[in-house]
This record gives sequence, C-alpha cells and structure tokens, in this order.
Amino acid sequence: MRHFLGDTTALLGRSLRHILRSPDTIITTAITPIALLLLFVYVFGGAVDAGAGEYVDYLLPGILIITIASGISYTAYRLFLDLQSGIFERFQSMPIARPSVLWAHVLTSVIANLISVLVVIAVALLIGFRSGAGVTAWLAVGGILALFTLALTWLAVIPGLTAKSVDGASGFAYPLIFLPFISSAFVPTASMPGPVRAFAENQPVTSIVDAIRNLFAGQPVGDGLGTALAWCVGILVVAYLSATLVYRRRIS
Amino acid sequence: MTLTQRQARILAGMTIEVRGLEKSFKEVRVLRGVDIDVAPGSIFALLGSNGAGKTTLIRILSTLLRPDAGSARVNGFDVVTQAADVRESISLTGQFTAVDQILTGRENLVLAARLRHLRDPGATADDMLGRVSLTEAGGRRAATYSGGMRRRLDIAMSLVGNPPVIFLDEPTTGLDPQGRLEVWQMVRDLAAGGTTVLLTTQYLEEAEQLADRIAILHEGRILVDGTLADLRELLPPAEIEYVEKQPTLEDVFLTLVGGRR
Repeated sequence: MRHFLGDTTALLGRSLRHILRSPDTIITTAITPIALLLLFVYVFGGAVDAGAGEYVDYLLPGILIITIASGISYTAYRLFLDLQSGIFERFQSMPIARPSVLWAHVLTSVIANLISVLVVIAVALLIGFRSGAGVTAWLAVGGILALFTLALTWLAVIPGLTAKSVDGASGFAYPLIFLPFISSAFVPTASMPGPVRAFAENQPVTSIVDAIRNLFAGQPVGDGLGTALAWCVGILVVAYLSATLVYRRRIS
Repeated sequence: MTLTQRQARILAGMTIEVRGLEKSFKEVRVLRGVDIDVAPGSIFALLGSNGAGKTTLIRILSTLLRPDAGSARVNGFDVVTQAADVRESISLTGQFTAVDQILTGRENLVLAARLRHLRDPGATADDMLGRVSLTEAGGRRAATYSGGMRRRLDIAMSLVGNPPVIFLDEPTTGLDPQGRLEVWQMVRDLAAGGTTVLLTTQYLEEAEQLADRIAILHEGRILVDGTLADLRELLPPAEIEYVEKQPTLEDVFLTLVGGRR
C-alpha cells in the first residue's frame, strides 16, 4: 500500500482531465435539476403549501439531492468504459496499489458533483434563493452533501463493475432520482396518505433534506442531523464493502 | 570456456515456466494442462485459432486470472502467491489497444511512468515517444491517431520502465501491413535488447518471422513446441516443384505505398 496515494493521485489526474475535456458531463448533470427547480418554482410551486417563506428556499435541498443522484451515474459509466476499453486490465497488470483505480473514480465523482451542485446553487440564487446560514452552517451543508456523494458513488461503482451494457451501467440511477419525490423534498410529508407518509418520513432523503433545509434557514437541526449522518454513513459502509467485494471477484 | 551473456541467462533458468496449467469457465475447459518454457531474452510465439485459450493463458501469466490447477512462474515469481512481484516484472499489451483516447499520447506515457513509480515521468515519456516515432504526434489526443499509431503508443506504454518480460496478445490483429511491419520491428528490437517476449498470434507468418520458438495451442493443450526447424521436421521433406515466382499482393502493396521489409 506504499504507492496508494501516488497512484490514486496519478489516476485522479487522468479522470479529472476527462471531465475538463468534456465539461458537458457537468452541464448534463446540472440541467435536469435546474429544469425541475424552475418547473416547481414557477409552475407547480404556487399550488404547494410549504409553510411560510419562499418555496425556492424549501425546494433547493431536494434539488441538490437530485443533482447528486443523477451525477453519480457518470462514475458507473466511466468505470464501465474503462473495463470495455481494456485500460482497466492494463492498470491491473501494472505494479500499482489496486484500490487506487476505484478511489480515483470515486474522488473524481465527488469533485464533479461538487461543481454541479455549485452551478445549481448559483441558478437558485439568481431566481431568489436566500439563506441566512453562516459559514459553519454552509460548511455543514457541504459536508453532508460530500458524504452523500461519497456514499452514492460507491453504490454506483457496483453497476459500473458488473453491467453488461452502457445502459445498464447508467440506468441504475433512475430509482435514486425518483426517491426525493416521495420525501419531504417537494411537499411536506404531512399532506401524504398514511402508508406513503410512513415511507416518506422514514427514508434517507427526508432526513437529509430536512437537515440541509434547517441549516440553510439558520434553524437548530436537532436529532435530524444525526439521522441524516447515520443514513449517509450507513449507505457508505454497505456500498463500500459491497463494491470492494465485487471488485475483488472481478479482478480475482 | 566463457559463456556468452545469452547462454549464461539461459543457464540461470527459464523466464517463464508453466506446468500443468488448467482453467475452466463453468463447464468449458479452456486450458487442459499446459506446459511451456520460455528462455530469457527469446521471442516465444503461441499460435492458435480463436478460442484456443491463448488469451486465457496470457491473463493468468499477467495475474489477471487465477489458474484452477498447475503452476506458473514468471521471472522466478509464482503468479498466484507472488503476484505483486510478477507485476513488477511484466507488462501486458492486450488484444485491444488499451490507451486513453481522451489523453494525448504523451499524457498516456506520463501516466504509465507515474504508475510504474519512475523518477522522471516527463523525460521517460519523451524518450518513449522518440523510440516509437510519435514525437510529433505526442501532443495530440490518442483518439486522432491511426490504428498503427495507437498500437505503437499502446506498446510504448508497456515498455515504460523496461520490464524484463513482455506479453503481447495478438499485437498485429486489425493492423494494416505497414502497421504490422512496424510492430514486428519493435518486437525484434525488444528481444535484441534482452527483453523476453511472449506473443500470441493467429498469423502463421508472424510466428515464422519473429519467434525463436513456437508452440501450437489447440483446444487447451500444447500440440507441439519447438523451433521453426523442429516444426518443419514434423512433416515429410519438401518436394521440389518448379513454379513461376509471382510477387504476392503484399509485395505489390508495400512497394506501391513505400513500406519496407
């Protein structure tokens, strides 16, 4: 493991060059969430009773989650292409620290998604999003989003390593993008019928969205933050272990 | 009596030693007990049709796949128990060119040099570009290269760090005649420099042109293994026939486009 850091840095440089040379991946990641943001603020938002305050303030945390959920599918896509092109095998036959191949892709995803999130926040600011959050609260939001990205990216590594086609590699993200719709991201859960509400209130997106919303609003986060972090760390651990297992089998 | 350097190396032992190697994928027995020996600094050609098990053997030797039974040693290291040492000693050029098309030729080589933990990746890359005549194209993305150029870059990435053993899996499949001759010259230069080369091919002429020793792999077993002269002796002596010597299409093609032999 002597070379882990150096190898990861070298491979990270490679993946970041890919993003730099095809910035469209950042744009496509941000465009759907931005469209949803505009649609909900200017079309549906008027009919939603999300309590006092601007609807865009209520909506943004959920939109950021959708941004990340769609952005991580590029990791599966890039990993799949590496396997297809044979460059993955080239790396594996070289005297490198083998986990660095995956870590480079994962860290690239964190950086690319962070940029996409910043683009979405910039658009939100343009259409009236305002936050009274201080530096600490913003850092906390960044931390939660980075942890969430890390967790989902490790999840994305699994289809990236196992998919048989490009569609299979990137298609797994659709359920993830859909999950925020059955949560407190767009409307308060109180308006939902019993079983749906029970699901919405106990799935990870709601706790994460609520925690970010409270941080943006300068409200105390209370137990919600703990639940949100527990979900992120839980998904991260399970996804990381599963991905590592799949990787070991794959390179046996 | 003094030994030549080459003889000394041969006495020191075989660079690649494969004994009773077996590998199955589900029901299909791809390798059914393969034995080969490759002497240091020699070019060994593994000849076989598609599906004969050539790629599987190469993948086991380059530690990408575990054998079911038997043993294999590369440069003195066991491919299963000393995989990391094997990877320090080898380099693999797979059946399909494995270069990063989005990076430039030079960036590909710098990446390979960094992953081999060389001290000056930039200088290594420039030196390598010169060796495979890609200096001018070095700043261009690999996606813009011709098939032959891409293959040369691919092999150059394998040569970074001068590993003592090189595996070339069907190095000329899909190349035009010009590109094939370029690759052949690279392989000859490598062996002349002391590198041990194990290559697979389905082209008989390629094995004839390059190899010190040829083995024919068929349905997971080595049918014959020897020098070209050994293999020729397997058949009755040539009958003398008088035929008009026509230039082959290859001769015509290479003369017209200015390729050299």
